[in-house]
Amino acid sequence: MIQLIAFYLFATIVIASATMVILARNPVHSVMWLILAFFNAAGLMLLAGAEFIAMLLVIVYVGAVAVLFLFVVMMLDIDFAELRAGFVRYLPLGALVAIILAAELIFAVGAWQAGGVDLASRAAPAVTDKSNIQQIGELLYTRYIFLFEAAGIVLLVAMIGAIVLTHRQRGGVRIQNISAQNRRRPEDATRLVDPGVGQGMEL
Amino acid sequence: MTETFISWGMDPNWAWGVATIAGILLIALPLMLSVAMIIYADRKIWAAIALRRGPNVVGPFGLLQSFADGLKVFLQETIIPSSANRGLFLIAPIITFTVALMAWAVIPFNSGAILADINVGLLYILAISSLGVYGVILSGWSSNSKYPFFSAMRASAQMISYEVSIGFILIGVVLFADSFNMNEIVKAQIGHGLGVVNAFGFNLLLFPLAVMFLISSLAETARAPFDLTEAESELVAGYQTEYSSMSFALFWLGEYANVLLMCALNAILFWGGWLPPVDWAPLYAVPGIIWLFAKILFFFFVFSWVKATVPRYRYDQLMRLGWKVFLPISLFWVFLISGYLMLTRYS
Repeated sequence: MIQLIAFYLFATIVIASATMVILARNPVHSVMWLILAFFNAAGLMLLAGAEFIAMLLVIVYVGAVAVLFLFVVMMLDIDFAELRAGFVRYLPLGALVAIILAAELIFAVGAWQAGGVDLASRAAPAVTDKSNIQQIGELLYTRYIFLFEAAGIVLLVAMIGAIVLTHRQRGGVRIQNISAQNRRRPEDATRLVDPGVGQGMEL
Repeated sequence: MTETFISWGMDPNWAWGVATIAGILLIALPLMLSVAMIIYADRKIWAAIALRRGPNVVGPFGLLQSFADGLKVFLQETIIPSSANRGLFLIAPIITFTVALMAWAVIPFNSGAILADINVGLLYILAISSLGVYGVILSGWSSNSKYPFFSAMRASAQMISYEVSIGFILIGVVLFADSFNMNEIVKAQIGHGLGVVNAFGFNLLLFPLAVMFLISSLAETARAPFDLTEAESELVAGYQTEYSSMSFALFWLGEYANVLLMCALNAILFWGGWLPPVDWAPLYAVPGIIWLFAKILFFFFVFSWVKATVPRYRYDQLMRLGWKVFLPISLFWVFLISGYLMLTRYS
């Protein structure tokens, strides 16, 4: 009973906040609705018994991706009047995308009801008393080890690519050398002198 | 607690609901009270180190100072800047406060005293602490004022940076404890050091992680010396500049609840949580919750001590420490610990 209530609660909030993402006028509000949608999607995952995935969803999407979104959106200099002015211009393109998505959805539901591809028999998971993390770990590091490593290499390449694209060497910049600063002792920097009267001293 | 309610003749479903709500209240209300007292303790310690008296007027030894302050902000008018984004401006402190309370759900106070004994307890804490940044960003942006905005940018960059190394440090603990469950992590520490000391911190491999976690938790809660978000000489009062009355108080409560949470995490992950310091039977007669509180208070004292003695970092130094020092070391330590465990435990 409580599961049913929780499911409908989470599902309703996901759909409502996803709708609000595109309806909200202020982009920052849109991002906030998106975060709410992520959060409730994590709730749905919890109900499905995938607590590990649910936590990862919150850590990765809410904790990192959405923060970057928010950063970018907040930095934008938004002119709301201009945003609304472009509405008519982009209407045909938007309508086209919407029609394609709707057609695909109807197509997918139709195909699913026809019962075409038989995936269910292959993907039936064996019920065990192991925890989520152990199960995922065992599969990931044995059966899917090559895919896992391939994913790692793709991410590494992406990271190196991003660093190469944004890295630039600027001349004439004075950079702190922390270890040199820490090695410096008072004796290296100061000198005690006792000049006689009228002699002055050389720096 | 559910069993108690069932034994009183309640329907199991209702008993579970009532027990959960009772548990939440049992954690949240004492937490609020201890936040009030800990603010007083913080001010007293700080004053003692600076050779001042600190709060000493309201009540005996000034003990009621925090309550007087609370009553004062409660009676103040809530001022909302005219150009602020109203909704987000009001939601931001509520997010900070709620998130600070939520993480306490998985903190074990004794072997059975834990509100949500879930398998992914530590991940839950990581997830919830990554939410804390939203309160700061939103308050900074919605205030529509430049100092809060600078502060919000600093705070979010700082929190995200240190979360990365905290994640790697936690992996080291999880590898040794062999579980993400908070209670299992505590139990794995029984007699860990030479079969006598109940703490991961006494393991030579884990001690550097404990030190790094303590420093990272200072940065994560934006306490001195990493309190650049509230650097008063540059940013007025940081992201809470435009806040007044209860919304300001919510920020304060949330901030100190977070500090207490980080102290509790230090105690639980590295110093045995509710276990007595030494694995010796008579010490188990003292309730676990007292050991935990003693450890939390000790770490809070360290936090205040650091606040009173260490000068504030510069922002680039802070970023350097997070990305160029802690991240490589903690990453290397994950390899080191996995290698050690492969050799000793799993071979």
